[in-house]
Amino acid sequence: MSDLRDLYQEVILDHNKHPRNFRSVEPHSHQADGYNPLCGDRVTIQLSVEGGVIAHIGFQGDGCAISTASASLMTEALEGRTVEEAQALFDQFHDLVTRDDAYPEAALGKIAVLAGVRDYPMRVKCATLAWHTLHAALAEKDEVSTE
Amino acid sequence: MSTVVTPMQARDAVTPLAVDQLRADFPILARPMNGKRLVFLDNAASAQKPEAVIRAIDECYGEYYANIHRGVYQLSQRSTQAYEAVRGKVRALLNGADDREVVFVRGATEAINLVAHSYVRPRLGPGDEILITGMEHHSNIVPWQLLCEETGATLVVSPITDRGEVDLEDFRSRLTVRTKFVSIVHVSNALGTVNPVQEMIAAAHGFGVAVLVDGAQSVPHLSVDVADLGCDFYCFSGHKIYGPSGVGALWGRLDLLREMRPYQGGGEMIRYVTFERSEFAEPPQRFEAGTPNIAGVVGLGAAIDYVCAIGTERIAAHEHALLEYATARLSEVEGVRIIGTAAVKAGVISFLMGRVHPHDIGTVLDLEGVAIRAGHHCAQPVMQRYGVPATARASFGLYNTCDDVDVLVRALDKVRELFI
Repeated sequence: MSDLRDLYQEVILDHNKHPRNFRSVEPHSHQADGYNPLCGDRVTIQLSVEGGVIAHIGFQGDGCAISTASASLMTEALEGRTVEEAQALFDQFHDLVTRDDAYPEAALGKIAVLAGVRDYPMRVKCATLAWHTLHAALAEKDEVSTE
Repeated sequence: MSTVVTPMQARDAVTPLAVDQLRADFPILARPMNGKRLVFLDNAASAQKPEAVIRAIDECYGEYYANIHRGVYQLSQRSTQAYEAVRGKVRALLNGADDREVVFVRGATEAINLVAHSYVRPRLGPGDEILITGMEHHSNIVPWQLLCEETGATLVVSPITDRGEVDLEDFRSRLTVRTKFVSIVHVSNALGTVNPVQEMIAAAHGFGVAVLVDGAQSVPHLSVDVADLGCDFYCFSGHKIYGPSGVGALWGRLDLLREMRPYQGGGEMIRYVTFERSEFAEPPQRFEAGTPNIAGVVGLGAAIDYVCAIGTERIAAHEHALLEYATARLSEVEGVRIIGTAAVKAGVISFLMGRVHPHDIGTVLDLEGVAIRAGHHCAQPVMQRYGVPATARASFGLYNTCDDVDVLVRALDKVRELFI
């Protein structure tokens, strides 16, 4: 078992205490609600996509430090990216937190600090909730649940 | 006289536990957790197992195992005797009148489903009502919802107070001629509240309504006496009383069990079968279709022997002392808010710490060797009642000590360092 600080790195603690883009986006072109029934985490993602580019993205909700920081880092990384780039990041991020042999892709940038959750299987869903919710929003599904 | 010997009453009357000796009975407690001493405070979810239980299961498989109730050979007879002897232990534990009142099930959840199917369903129609409280575990909500959906009946809930207690006046006011069954938890798993079930049962009986008491959290944290309580059904799970998982018991009044239809069809629950019809066995076999969890029942018997040798009153007194100590210590921790402050509680403390999510608390404590539960405790309506998504919960067993509480409190300092 790794050290506490491997999981709760400074960047994560900072984004938990001061989440970025913690707001609604009006008007928005896409929205979805995510729910993790295991721990009760809820997140709402709203974004406006203009010409295939994520112009604005925000999240709201209530969750643990991992899920809040992950949502915050995600929104920070995605503003100004294309939908295709967002999808590629989702795949890279998912590999990073679920596969022991995955190395962080350079494109992930700061998001790579969440790699530590893979040592905590119960917490992987906390880290991926915002991303699954984003995926649902872009796929125009209203709700997603990480069971 | 009160049915339940409350921890408060018991405390002054009994000799304290020799906890150090008892801890040595539980092999898992000697195993380090992240290089630290394991502090196991999730007993409300499931308790650890003493050597006596592990050995009893081992002996069953290693020395005399065979299927029960059918073989004429010695192994089967010995297995059958070992299995059936546990019925008597359960009856004695709950102070039932007759071994035939004890039905072996997978756990409290199956017991509730059994009663819902076999006792309540045939008596339920559109417009009828089932009454529960606002502090039930999902296992005492969902079976009734399913039944109500099927029959057009209504599930009525008596809400709880801010302290997490049943409002007896409200509860009584919700009993009507439409009420066909009452199912209530003895001790809340999420709040620790010990309910005044004796009064609630008396009120229900005033309307001629039978009552099931969910005792998953009360056996063996309290001394339970079904005769004194006056309940019609009582159930508990083996794994919470230091026995194996996948086994538990339903105690029911024999006259009610006799008039109930079977729960599942299969072998062992019949007297005579033709392709045209079957005659069912008498209780309790009527409700035990198929080969049961033989070694599990044997393990449950060993757990009951273990607990009874110590004495449920002594265990209750010990856990109450821990509850008082932990409540005082946690109250001193900055930002801690205890959810569930009933006047009579068992050894369960649900708490919040500032705005820190309980799962973060749980993970930090885990790395300090402290196992607690974080989440909704399968009691989402209770979380909704307090407007929180989840709580952290420490729950005590006979092997916990004040030192365990001190380790918990020190570990909470780490939580504050990180998150507050």
